[in-house]
Amino acid sequence: MVSPMTRMRVRLTFPAHLIQEPIVYRLVKDFDIVINIRRADVKADYGWIALELDGEEAALARGIRWLKETGVQVDPIEHDVVIP
Amino acid sequence: MEKLNGLRCRECGRRYPAAPVHVCEFCFGPVEVDYRYDALRGVVTRESIAAGPKSMWRYKDLLPIEGDVAVGHHVGFTPLVRAHNLADELGCREVWIKNDSVCHPSWSFKDRVVSVAVTKAREFGFDTVACASTGNLANSVAAHAAEGRLKSYIFIPADLEQGKVLATLVYNPTLVAVHGTYDEVNRLCSEIADKYRWAFVNVNFRPYYSEGSKTYGYEIVEQLGWKAPGHIVVPCAGGSLITKIWKAIKELGQLGLVDGPIATRMHAAQALGCGPIVTMIKKDTDVLVPVKPSTIAKSLAIGNPADGYYAYRTTKESGGFGEHATDEEIIEGMLLLARTEGIFTETAGGVTVAATKKLIETGVIPRDESVVICVTGNGLKTPDALVDRLEAHVKIKPSLSAFDQALADLKSQTAQEGR
Ligand SMILES: Cc1ncc(COP(=O)(O)O)c(C=O)c1O
Ligand SMILES: [Zn+2]
Repeated sequence: MVSPMTRMRVRLTFPAHLIQEPIVYRLVKDFDIVINIRRADVKADYGWIALELDGEEAALARGIRWLKETGVQVDPIEHDVVIP
Repeated sequence: MEKLNGLRCRECGRRYPAAPVHVCEFCFGPVEVDYRYDALRGVVTRESIAAGPKSMWRYKDLLPIEGDVAVGHHVGFTPLVRAHNLADELGCREVWIKNDSVCHPSWSFKDRVVSVAVTKAREFGFDTVACASTGNLANSVAAHAAEGRLKSYIFIPADLEQGKVLATLVYNPTLVAVHGTYDEVNRLCSEIADKYRWAFVNVNFRPYYSEGSKTYGYEIVEQLGWKAPGHIVVPCAGGSLITKIWKAIKELGQLGLVDGPIATRMHAAQALGCGPIVTMIKKDTDVLVPVKPSTIAKSLAIGNPADGYYAYRTTKESGGFGEHATDEEIIEGMLLLARTEGIFTETAGGVTVAATKKLIETGVIPRDESVVICVTGNGLKTPDALVDRLEAHVKIKPSLSAFDQALADLKSQTAQEGR
C-alpha cells in the first residue's frame, strides 16, 4: 500500500558519538526520504541540522523512529511548543 | 504612522511582510518583528507614553499592533516595589521587585504576550486561537479568547495536575488532553499549527506574541524614573522574556528615552533540575544541550528552549551571568520573599529570588548596585510546592484559656530556639 506524500520540517541534534556517522546518508538511502538542508551547526562534540523531509508518510515515520532509536534527537523546528 | 517594516529573519536577515509566520522559509531561522525606529524617534516620547493608559498599552507604539487593542485592556503596569526588607536580608543597598504576580487578568506575565498575540490574531482575521501549554500560558490564552469571543483550543499533556487544568477550563475553551509525553505534544502541535488555520500563540504567532514581553522591560525603566537598573534577574524557560526585556531597554536607549548610561547586566535564573540556559552561560558555550526537566518549578520546565541561544547571547552581550536553584532553594526563595515583602510568588519567583541571592553571595552582583528581581507569576497557582512545608502554628479549642496556654507555649518555644 502506498501512503500519501508528506513534508516535514525538523531539527536533528547529534550527540558526540554520532557526529562522524553517515546518519543523513542512511536516512535518504534506507528510507527513501528526500532531504533539503536549510541550516546547520556542527562542532567537534555536538551538532544540529535543520532540514525539510519529503517522502511517504509511512517512510517518514519509520525514518524518524530509526533516528530516535539511533540516538539522534528529533524536534519540531520550533523546539518548545509546549510552554508552561 | 507606519511603524512596521514587517518581519525579519534573525539568522539570515531576509525580510517578509507582516504575516502569521514564525520561521524563515529560506533558512528555518526564527523571524522577528522589524520596526522603523527612525519614524518612531521623537514621536514616542516620555510625554506620549505618560499620556497613555495605566497598562502595558501605554507602549502600544512599540508593539506590533496596528489597529485597536482587542483584548486585555488592563494588562501590565504592575507595581515596581522597592524591597527594603529583602535588601537588608540579602545585604544589598537597592533591590526592586517587578511584581507581575498581580498582572491582570490571569496573574502572570503571560498576559502581556497573550494579549498582543490575540489582538494580532483578530487583526489577521483569525477566529480561533490555540496554544500548547502546561500552565500559565493556558490560563491566559483561555481568558483572553473568552474576552475576545474567539474559539480556543488548548493542548496539554494528559497527566497535568487538576489545579492547572481547572484554571483553564473555567474560561470554557476546548481543552485537548493529549495522551503522550511533552515531546509528543510538541510534535503534534507543530503539525496542527501547520495544518489548521488557527492562531497558535506560541507557534505561528510567536514573533508577535514574544514582543509583548518587552513591556515588562519598558515598565521597569519608566518606573525607575527613566533609568536602567544595574542588574535584572530573569526567570528563564523558553528564553524569550530575558531576550525581550533586554531588547526593550536597548530600544528605549535608541529612542533617547533613558537617562544616563545603559549598563544593565541581564542575569538568567533557572532551576537546577532544568537549567540548560544557565548551563550554557556557566560553560560559556553557545551550544545548548537539551535536558529532561525534573524540578518543582514546572512553569520553567522547558528542556529544549527555542530562544535558549538568544538568552545566552543576551547575558553575554550585557555582561550578565546566570544561576541555578535547587528545589529546596526555590522553596526558601518563595518563603523569603513572602516573609520579607509580603509577596507570594510561584515557584518561578522562588527560582529568581534564590538565583539573585547566589549572584550576590558570589560577588557577581556587587552589594552597592541596583538590582531588579523579576517576579512573574502568582503563588496561589502553585500551592502544591508548599503544602508539605507549611501548617497552622497553633491549633486550639475555642476558649480563651486554651489560647492563653498556646501563646505561653509558643513564647517559651521561641525563647528556647533563641529566635
Ligand atoms: C511564571 C513564568 N515566569 C517566567 C517564564 C519564562 O518565560 P520564557 O519562556 O519567555 O523564558 C514563564 C514561562 O515560560 C513563566 O510561566
Ligand atoms: Zn533566514
